[in-house]
Amino acid sequence: MNVCRYQPNSRAGLAALLLVLLAGCEQEQRPVREGPAARLAPAGTSMTGQPQERQTIANPYESQVHAINEGRRLYAWFNCNGCHAAGGGGMGPALMDDQWIYGSEPAEIFATIMEGRPQGMPSYRGRIPADDVWKIVAFVRSLSGLGTKLPEGAGSTPLQDEASGNLDQGPEELKQYYKEAGDD
Amino acid sequence: MTTYRTADIASPTAAGSLALLFILLVLVVTDAPAQDKQGTTTGSPETSGILPIKEHYQDPKPHSGAALPSWLARDEESLWRMPARDYASTRYSTLDQINTETVKNLQLAWTFSTGQTNGHEAAPLVVDGIMYVVTPYPNIVYALDLAKGGALKWKYNPLPQPAAQGVACCDVVNRGAVYADGKILFNTLDNHAVALDAKTGRELWKTKLGDINLGETITMAPLVVKGKMLVGNSGGEMGVRGWLKAVDIDTGKVAWTAYSTGPDQDVLIGPDFKPFYAKDQGADLGVSSWPPDMWQIGGGAVWGWISYDPELNLIYYGTGNPGPWNPDLRPGDNKWTLTLFARNPDNGQAAWAYQIEGHDLYDYDGVNELILLDLPVNGQMRKALIRPERNGHMYVMDRATGEVLSAETYAHVNVTRGVDLRTGKPRKVPEKATGLGKTVHNICPAAPGAKDWQPSAYSDRTGLLYLPHNNLCMDMRGTEANYIAGTPFVGAEVKMFAGPGGHRGEFSAWDPVAAKKLWRIKELFPVWSGAVATAGDVVFYGTMDRWFKAVHARTGELLWQFRTSSGIIGQPVTYLGPDGRQYVAVLAGVGGWSGAIVAGDLDARDGTAALGFVNAMKDLPNHTNKGGDLYVFALP
Repeated sequence: MNVCRYQPNSRAGLAALLLVLLAGCEQEQRPVREGPAARLAPAGTSMTGQPQERQTIANPYESQVHAINEGRRLYAWFNCNGCHAAGGGGMGPALMDDQWIYGSEPAEIFATIMEGRPQGMPSYRGRIPADDVWKIVAFVRSLSGLGTKLPEGAGSTPLQDEASGNLDQGPEELKQYYKEAGDD
Repeated sequence: MTTYRTADIASPTAAGSLALLFILLVLVVTDAPAQDKQGTTTGSPETSGILPIKEHYQDPKPHSGAALPSWLARDEESLWRMPARDYASTRYSTLDQINTETVKNLQLAWTFSTGQTNGHEAAPLVVDGIMYVVTPYPNIVYALDLAKGGALKWKYNPLPQPAAQGVACCDVVNRGAVYADGKILFNTLDNHAVALDAKTGRELWKTKLGDINLGETITMAPLVVKGKMLVGNSGGEMGVRGWLKAVDIDTGKVAWTAYSTGPDQDVLIGPDFKPFYAKDQGADLGVSSWPPDMWQIGGGAVWGWISYDPELNLIYYGTGNPGPWNPDLRPGDNKWTLTLFARNPDNGQAAWAYQIEGHDLYDYDGVNELILLDLPVNGQMRKALIRPERNGHMYVMDRATGEVLSAETYAHVNVTRGVDLRTGKPRKVPEKATGLGKTVHNICPAAPGAKDWQPSAYSDRTGLLYLPHNNLCMDMRGTEANYIAGTPFVGAEVKMFAGPGGHRGEFSAWDPVAAKKLWRIKELFPVWSGAVATAGDVVFYGTMDRWFKAVHARTGELLWQFRTSSGIIGQPVTYLGPDGRQYVAVLAGVGGWSGAIVAGDLDARDGTAALGFVNAMKDLPNHTNKGGDLYVFALP
C-alpha cells in the first residue's frame, strides 16, 4: 500500500507543507532506490484524507548544460561540497550514487535544500535564491546521471584530474600485498 | 644510559633515504603472507610484517630509565575509570594472567550488541563489577553486570537532536565516558554534558555547552579533575571557536571556559602565564595573529585528550586545526590553534602554552594524547610529557615549563625538516606549502597526521610507548571558503593515499628515552584503534580489517588474534573480573574519519569524499561492514 504521510519537523515550516502538498503523492516510478523517508517526506496527505496524484514540478533548468554548470559553481559556493564532496559524500550522504533518502525528483531535492532534513541537512531558505537552488538541483541530479550529464570530464575537479594517489596504480608488490591481505 | 639527543633533527639526507629504501625493500621481499585464515589463531602465528629497525630488547627490566610519575597511584585492577586509565594516560595494566605464554589460549567470554552501526571509538569502563559503554550517536549508555556474564543492568538514551549528525565532521563518534564519585559522566553529539547515577542510570544533570547551529558538536571523552569535568568542542571543519569548559560534577554548572582564540581574557591568559618560547609571548596574540575578527570562526577545537599532573596541579591538552584549511584565507600564526596548553584546573588559568606550529597548512590538529613520564635527559631526570604529534614528530617536553626537549620523527615526514629547539618552530619545507588554487602533491603525513586521535599505551615494564598510527600522504588544493554558520568551512580538496611502503597503518614501539622506534608492524589500513599495554608483556590493539590482536611487547611478535564482526577503531581495556580472572574488552564497529566510507555509505568513485580520506580507503568495504559489538575475552 502506498502510504503518504508528511511529518512536520522543527526545520520545515508551512512553506514546506505547501510545497509537499503541491508535490502530491505517488509511488516513485524511477529506477532508483529510495528509502522510506523519501516517501514520507516529500508527499503529503491531503486535508480530506484522499491520496492525491503526484504532481511533478518541473525544474526550469533541467537538462540545461549552462545552468548545470552554474549549479556546480553554486554547489561549491554554498558549501554543499563541504559535506557531499564532489558527489561522494562525507558529513552528508553521497549524491552520485543511486540512493535517494528523500527522493530524486527535482521538487524533492529542491525541498531538501530549502527546508533541510532532520538528520542534519541544514535549511538554505533565505540563504540561496530559489532560482539558484533550481540550478543546484539540476547539477545534483546530473551527478548521478539523472537529467542531463555534464560533458565528459566537466564534472570532475582539478584535483581529481591531477591526483596521483590511485591505489590501482601502485607497484606490483603492493598490489600483491593487498590481494593477499584481502584474501582471507 | 642512553645519551639524550637534544640536537635538532637532521634533514633527510640522501644516505638516509637510501637506507629507508633498503629497509622498505627488505620489508617487501621478506614479507610473509600477511594474515591468518582462521577466526581464532592458536599457537604462534608467523611474525609477518615486522620490521626490526633495531635488535629487540631482551631484558625484563625497564631499559630506558623512564619512570612513571611518583604521584601516580595505581588503581585497583578491577577498575578502569577513565579511557586513558590514569591521569598520566598510560593505558597500562599491572595484570599479567594474560601473558606472552598464556595469551594464545584467550577465548571469547561474551559479547554485546550496541544496536548502533556508526564508528565505535569509545573505551568501556569498569567500576564495581559493572561495565559501562557509550555508543556513537545517539550516545546510548549501557551498564552491563560482569558477575552475571554481561547482563544488561540499565540503559540510558539522552535523545540528542538528530540534526547534530549533520555537523559532525568525521562520523558521529564518541570517545568514551568517565567514572567519578558514583557518577558516569559523558558528552552527547549535540553538545550536552551528562551525569548519571552509576548504580541506577538515573540522570543527575544535563548541561548544554554548545550549539549545533554554529557547527559545534562534542565527541571527546571528558576527564574529571578535582570535582570538575573537563570537556571541549569539536568542529574545526565548521568554523567553530574552540573552547575547553570545566563543569562542576555535582551541579552541572560551568565553572570556567577557556577559549582557544581571541583576547587573553577569553583564553584565560593572565599573570600566571609563562610561555617558554618568545614566539608564544605577547598580549592578545589570539586576536593579533589573525585577520580582523577571523579568530571568532578560527577553529582550535578541543576534541582530544587531557592529562593531569596533581603535583604541579596542571592539566595538559592541545587545540585543533585553524579554519579554514586553506591557509591563504587566514594569514598569521592563528593562535592559539595547534597549541599545547598547561592550565590550572581550579580556575582554568594558563601556566604555559606552546604553539606546535603557527599557520597550519595541512589540518594537523594538535589534540593527541599526552603521556606524562619522568625521563632522563642528558643525565638529569625531567618531568616530561610525550606527545606523538599529528605532524609526525614525537615531542618530548618539560611539563613544568613547556620547553621542547626533543622532537624526533616517528613516521615519514616531508613537510618539515625537523624542529628548531631554540625557537620551538618547525622548519617548514617551502615547496610543500599549500594555498589558494594551488595543488601540492605528496604531502606526508596527510591531514589525519602520522597519528590521529587513536591513543597510545606505555608499558612500565618495557619502558616503551606503543603507537597505533597511520602511513598516509595526500595531495591538497586550496579553494575558496565561505563561512555559513553550521556548514563546513574548509576551503580545500584533498586526496589521500598510502605512504612509502604501500601499507596505510602501523603499530610501532617507541623508546621515549633514546627517541627511537624499536619495531613496527605494518597494517593494511590505518591503525585507528587505541592500545593497551599489560604487565604480561602483551599489548592489544585492533585493525580496521577486523582483527583484534595481541602482540609481544618486546618484539612485536603476533601472539594471538581474533576476527571480529566489524573493523575495530575502539579503545581496548583490561580488568580483573569479579571472578578473579583477567579480561580484555574492546568495541568493534568501523567508522570514524578513516572508516566513513563504510559507516556513511560513501561513494568510492569520488576520492575527495570524507575530506579526501575515501581515496585511501576505497577497498575498505571489501574487508568490513558496519557494526557495533562489544567483545570480552578471557582465559579458559
